[in-house]
Amino acid sequence: MTTRSPILSLRGIQKSYGPVKVLHGVDLDIHPGEVVALLGENGAGKSTLSNIISGTVQPSAGEMTWLGKPYAPANPRAAMDEGVGMIHQELKLLPKLSIAENVFVGRYPMKAGRIDRKAMEERARSGLKRLGLDISPDRLVEGLSTGKQQLIEIAKALTLNARLLILDEPTAALGGEETQLLFQQIERLKADGVGIVYISHRLEEIRQIADRIVVMRDGAKVQEFDSGDVPVRTIVEAMVGRSLERMFPTLPAPTDEVTLEVRNLSSPSNTFRNISFSVRKGEVFGIAGLMGAGRTELVRAITGADPISGGEVLLRGKAVTPRSPIDAIRNGIVLVPEDRKLQGVVLEHSIAENIGYANLGEISRNGWLSSRRIREFAEDYITRFGVKGRGGQNAGELSGGNQQKVVLAKWLARKPQVVVLDEPTRGIDVGARSSIYDLIMDLARAGVAVIVVSSDLEEVLGVSSRIMVMAQGRQAGILDRADANDVSVMELATI
Amino acid sequence: MLVAAKEKQGIVGGLLPSLRGATGPLIGLIVLCLFLTFATDKFLSIRNFLNVLDQITVLGVMAVGMTLVILIGGIDLAVGSVMALAMMVLGYLHVVAGVPMGLAIPLALLVASLNGLVAGLLITRFNVPAFIATLAMMSIARGLANMITDGQQIIGFPTWFNMMAIVRFGGFLTLTVAVMVVVFIVGLLYQRYRHGGRVLYAIGGNAEVARLAGINVQRATVLVYVVCSFLAGLAGMVLAARLDSVQPSSGVSYELDAIAAVVIGGTSLSGGTGGIGGTIIGVLIIGVLRNGLNLLSVSPFMQQVIIGAVIVLAVTAETYRKRK
Repeated sequence: MTTRSPILSLRGIQKSYGPVKVLHGVDLDIHPGEVVALLGENGAGKSTLSNIISGTVQPSAGEMTWLGKPYAPANPRAAMDEGVGMIHQELKLLPKLSIAENVFVGRYPMKAGRIDRKAMEERARSGLKRLGLDISPDRLVEGLSTGKQQLIEIAKALTLNARLLILDEPTAALGGEETQLLFQQIERLKADGVGIVYISHRLEEIRQIADRIVVMRDGAKVQEFDSGDVPVRTIVEAMVGRSLERMFPTLPAPTDEVTLEVRNLSSPSNTFRNISFSVRKGEVFGIAGLMGAGRTELVRAITGADPISGGEVLLRGKAVTPRSPIDAIRNGIVLVPEDRKLQGVVLEHSIAENIGYANLGEISRNGWLSSRRIREFAEDYITRFGVKGRGGQNAGELSGGNQQKVVLAKWLARKPQVVVLDEPTRGIDVGARSSIYDLIMDLARAGVAVIVVSSDLEEVLGVSSRIMVMAQGRQAGILDRADANDVSVMELATI
Repeated sequence: MLVAAKEKQGIVGGLLPSLRGATGPLIGLIVLCLFLTFATDKFLSIRNFLNVLDQITVLGVMAVGMTLVILIGGIDLAVGSVMALAMMVLGYLHVVAGVPMGLAIPLALLVASLNGLVAGLLITRFNVPAFIATLAMMSIARGLANMITDGQQIIGFPTWFNMMAIVRFGGFLTLTVAVMVVVFIVGLLYQRYRHGGRVLYAIGGNAEVARLAGINVQRATVLVYVVCSFLAGLAGMVLAARLDSVQPSSGVSYELDAIAAVVIGGTSLSGGTGGIGGTIIGVLIIGVLRNGLNLLSVSPFMQQVIIGAVIVLAVTAETYRKRK
């Protein structure tokens, strides 16, 4: 361990929201030039802790020392001025502004009382170049891929000349190449003496990047490793507080009966074309591919969310090509969408209402219903799916895993025949992931045809009995479980 | 403690829960009434209370429709003009063309509803923003209303029509007030206990989530604009009865009063929260405030300033409460 004095020291940091204590006295030191991986399940307190460091949230008790001086930022701006850069999990870019404007928003370089656009663009360009991004800083953010937007966020922090950088799930939306680029930058920042707090659910990359690992659970620091090279299982066990028997549950054997068949399906915007496959009753069918391969567009079309320009969808041999989500739902084909917060749940509404929205027809009698009936209906599913929350609680207060369970619950109440899950565990922590996998297997066991789209190769390999690989909108091949491994899938995905 | 109170409210049932979330405006209304009771000697009387009710009928009916529109995250700027158009259609059909009132009223309401249908279709089929679509309808409806008589007013309705707004059945209820009360009750029941009403909250909360949940967002949206215009037309019938005449310049800027009542009542302009219960309180606040300011002989110009201040107060109080 380094003997240099830390950039930032936290001592006995506590945070309570009313009677709820979310941090129970956390001690943490971050030294110059080291990457501290902050790990833990959702709700473990990682985000609160990083929000305290970045001045977004004020601690209820405890003290912080920044370069030997007391540190208590009143707001994010104050933290930024000290040299703390925070990159949020949710992108906070303004889509209608240019990249350069986004990088410098709120602190535009000035010259003679006017914004010095030239300097701004110059500095933005150099920031982008440092990340190996070859895009013009004049370009609007709108339309850039999530991965690129993430890198712009990082470029933004780089231009701050931060001494401490907090990265909250920076690679969640990045492809392998972009991730490596980011890691190179982190190495360079380390060499410059920048301290880095790295929050991620991708435990495999921790070994590659972290110098130290701090594991949090239930608002407290539970374990610290003085090296990044710790077996994933050991970390996971520390995170969930129990030893893990297995990561993926055993797959039930599918029947021979074909539930869903897709024939020559194409999209009007050409994001996918001529896709044909079938999913059997009780089968979990995986769809893998790189970002932009057309996976999300394909499953959205199958579930009626996006238009179809050619081909058909058959349910047990009957053509049911949907024209709207209503069509698909009526036929028992439902989607658990990629973006929970924008497409899955209404964040400001209660869990019960969220479950209710997909089932108002069933809950109401002759069109009449009441909040109490919605609550009673939902309560049953809340307990059955182990959603940690009360029916009256807003969905926005739940962790990602619990939100996902709410989305699943709202569909399963309709007893669907085909359930499509798009990135079912994105942004969900490891402990909660296995409960999502368990739910997927329960579905298959109950005879549902399940389609799982995932960018997480290990996940798609772990839960699927067959995997279709897509590449640039084409169907590159379908692999049986026995033949599928990371190499065979990646080969197909990159041809 | 808080949780227990919340659950208890749910058990109370009935229409009371409709006021949940509108407790702030309700307290404001009570404080306002208490103040006026002490500040004037005329405020606290049944007679004055009935006056207030008579005065808020037009706004009340209109604001219910506006609540539904705002609940789905929309806006309807055309209601004032649509009201005037419905009134002029009524006047033309009955007085000029000799159509009996029993037919002229439904036809006027139909014309009003058509305005909403057009706005709704513009919004859902052609993706015109609600603000623009209804801004256009506001201009079109106003122009049409003026074209009917080239800007002239129409008089000559049957006596019973005006009596609807004057005769107090059972000593207190004019028919026009009864119309408003019925609209309130139907609105409250619909919003709270009907499939179609709950759907509006989902759409306002997040239209994409609602669509993916199998809710027919387009149909519900069109329906909401039709209902809002229908109620604007109905408000026009009420106003025609009160004035015993119709003129194309009626209802100018009424849409802003309606929006103000909805917002004071705690419905968020971004949609998904609030409801008719709050709007009723909002309408009462505006009604009582105007009445009280008149009793205090405050000039109409000053009244505008005060109502503006109340809107700001209501919304900031609500935002502050939510943050806490």
